[in-house]
Amino acid sequence: MGYKTIVEDDIDVLITGAGMAGTGAAFESRYWGKDKKIVIAEKANIDRSGAVAQGLYAINTYMGTRFGENNPEDHVRYARMDLMGMVREDLLFDMARHVDSAVHQFEEWGLPLMRDPKTGAYQREGRWQIMIHGESYKPIVAEAAKKSADKVFNRICVTHLLMDDAKENRVAGAVGFNVRTGDYHVFKSKTVVCAAGGASNIFKPRSVGEGAGRVWYAPWSSGSAYGLLIEAGAKMTQMENRIVLARFKDGYGPVGAYFLHLKTYTQNGVGEEYESKWFPELSKMVGKEYLDTEGQHLSHKPIPTCLRNHAFINEVNAGRGPIHMVTMEAFQDPHLEEIGWHNFLGMTVGQAVLWAATDVDPKYENPELTTSEPYVMGSHATGCGAWVSGPEDIAPEEYFWGYNRMTTVEGLFGAGDAAGGTPHAFSSGSFTEGRLAAKAACKYIDDGKAEGIKVSQEQIDKRGKQIFKPMEHYKIYRNEITAGSVNPNYINPRQGLDRLQKLMDEYAGGVTVSYMTNDKLLNIGLKKMKMLEEDLEKIAAEDIHELLRAWELKHRQLSSEAVLQHTLFRKETRWPGYYYRGDAMKLDDQNWHVLTVSRRDPKTGEYTMEKAPCYHLVSDEEEKVA
Amino acid sequence: MPTFVYMTRCDGCGHCVDICPSDIMHIDTTTRRAYNIEPNMCWECYSCVKACPHNAIDVRGYADFAPLGHSVRVIRDEEKGVIAWRIKFRNGKKDMNLLAPITTKPWGTAIPKLSEESAPSKDMTDSQLLFNEPKYIRLDEGGLHTLESNGLKMKEGVYY
Repeated sequence: MGYKTIVEDDIDVLITGAGMAGTGAAFESRYWGKDKKIVIAEKANIDRSGAVAQGLYAINTYMGTRFGENNPEDHVRYARMDLMGMVREDLLFDMARHVDSAVHQFEEWGLPLMRDPKTGAYQREGRWQIMIHGESYKPIVAEAAKKSADKVFNRICVTHLLMDDAKENRVAGAVGFNVRTGDYHVFKSKTVVCAAGGASNIFKPRSVGEGAGRVWYAPWSSGSAYGLLIEAGAKMTQMENRIVLARFKDGYGPVGAYFLHLKTYTQNGVGEEYESKWFPELSKMVGKEYLDTEGQHLSHKPIPTCLRNHAFINEVNAGRGPIHMVTMEAFQDPHLEEIGWHNFLGMTVGQAVLWAATDVDPKYENPELTTSEPYVMGSHATGCGAWVSGPEDIAPEEYFWGYNRMTTVEGLFGAGDAAGGTPHAFSSGSFTEGRLAAKAACKYIDDGKAEGIKVSQEQIDKRGKQIFKPMEHYKIYRNEITAGSVNPNYINPRQGLDRLQKLMDEYAGGVTVSYMTNDKLLNIGLKKMKMLEEDLEKIAAEDIHELLRAWELKHRQLSSEAVLQHTLFRKETRWPGYYYRGDAMKLDDQNWHVLTVSRRDPKTGEYTMEKAPCYHLVSDEEEKVA
Repeated sequence: MPTFVYMTRCDGCGHCVDICPSDIMHIDTTTRRAYNIEPNMCWECYSCVKACPHNAIDVRGYADFAPLGHSVRVIRDEEKGVIAWRIKFRNGKKDMNLLAPITTKPWGTAIPKLSEESAPSKDMTDSQLLFNEPKYIRLDEGGLHTLESNGLKMKEGVYY
């Protein structure tokens, strides 16, 4: 290795990944840990990193308790229904009761929030969403994190967590490498807040070739939130709960503001409303509790996101596609037309590029919609992530082991995509989870729980060697062939990614199989995944950039294996429209109204699966708002 | 291609390399100008386009579905706190100018330095409150919102 080793010692709170959750953690830990050393390790540049890098046009989680709009318990009911019952209500409630304070701070820091001229309240897009001019959302929160942290290391790809040599199952920091200099970075820390991203690009995308990067979720979200934790032996939950999005075709432009604020609606290829006709049959599959086709007009319970996907997918499969978004009415209003375009420019510029390129003017033509490839993440309408402790005043016994948002590894905390069972956090909720995790991490240190941590030189050397192995492998074997990328001794990161995507698509329920899988397919998938894992030991990286891609792939592979294991374990179709178990099509509340929890043994790679109780802590009936 | 760089406008300053979230804007060592090394990992997030001081970076829609001949250009002005967009359609029928604010305050001035705040009390540390709470939840003097404060009770956990 021709690179330097740089050791950063005596860190109290190490934050891996500085998207919304990481910036929240950095900001808050400075308040509770005035004397503490707070360090951020970020793969890109904190000013534009994470899923919010290009901006947002809405904050999707805001109670508005200040304006008498909603209370946290209302949000718990909503998220619970949307995820067909499967949520961690203690974590959801905890996030919801604090989230408004984060949003009010964003406004104070300069984020332009739109206001309703009549009521003075924030401009609502829907019951939980408010509209913002959020092009600079990320740089604004990054500023807060930079002012709070002792040091920000940009361009460090964190590959592994360090474990304490003195005490089993306790974290001791992290290691990674600088994608510019190639230097090996060692962070010795008392606690780690894992605020890395969920996984895009683990299923074959609809786009091909040059367009492969046009995925709904950022292509740099490489599943590190899961890869890092799984490898450290942390328990994971709800990894089967991957999400499929209905979005504008090809560009994956957002539809939230269109549906909710612009009041657009969908129709099939022959101009008919199609959604409701799929619901009576679907209601038999999922039960009245989740889809009350007769009482819906009275209960006004929102229809779960996945079930709306189900209708979409089936209508297209029945040959009545494409599904269109009816924009031609709303766009006659110049104000709404402007909002429609700003909506893209603020968060998915690629959709504006596409409409300009294909001459689609939504004022005169209803654009096509599509369902996306699946994604594994924990902060949108899905709740993959680590099994973490709840807050002490709410969490039931099974959900509580002392420190809010601490994973089953001591001193290791999760927030944002890394915290499982907490869907519908989005940007503001992820930031809030970061704050909660940071406060708990400081308390963990103050309680003396991090005393006596030891990191042996042996562990540091072993990881260092492991990190740079793909470059060594390339050097050794490249000269066996004349030129090109086909080598009998290795695959490169792109080839590995293609293989992973094909495998996941065909065996775990991706686009080409219409989101369908079964026991047999999943088992074949797992067998092939094991071979891919073995081949990743022989991956070759030509330069430091490819080394980055190699480690991203490793994190994606670990995330994917967890998805296969969880999907195999849950023998029911809990979320029709996200995926289907062809051999267990019915939702089975009797056996599976439970959360799924897994642990991968770090030494053997073996999986252990278990069921955990799903507690409903908030009553069903809606109360009047504050 | 997503992004590409005009040869005559780029001076190799590296702002795009510094900001790209996907690590795909690099400097070519021969021409000493920036280029996109991995278009199929580009999200068209426009971070590099906005960061380029010479407007040398542009975007062409993805080759697998976007025809040629369109343009979406941007100028982001931190001093004025605005962002300006121009969208030109392929057929020339639409040419839109759009303007939006990006901040309401001069950069960074309104963000508190938490190291200068007084240390939290033991009560605060033991409570469920975060910095600036409970005030910042409702921006009033009310306490932390709980079910109890709203006259409700947490249900005993129901196990299914």
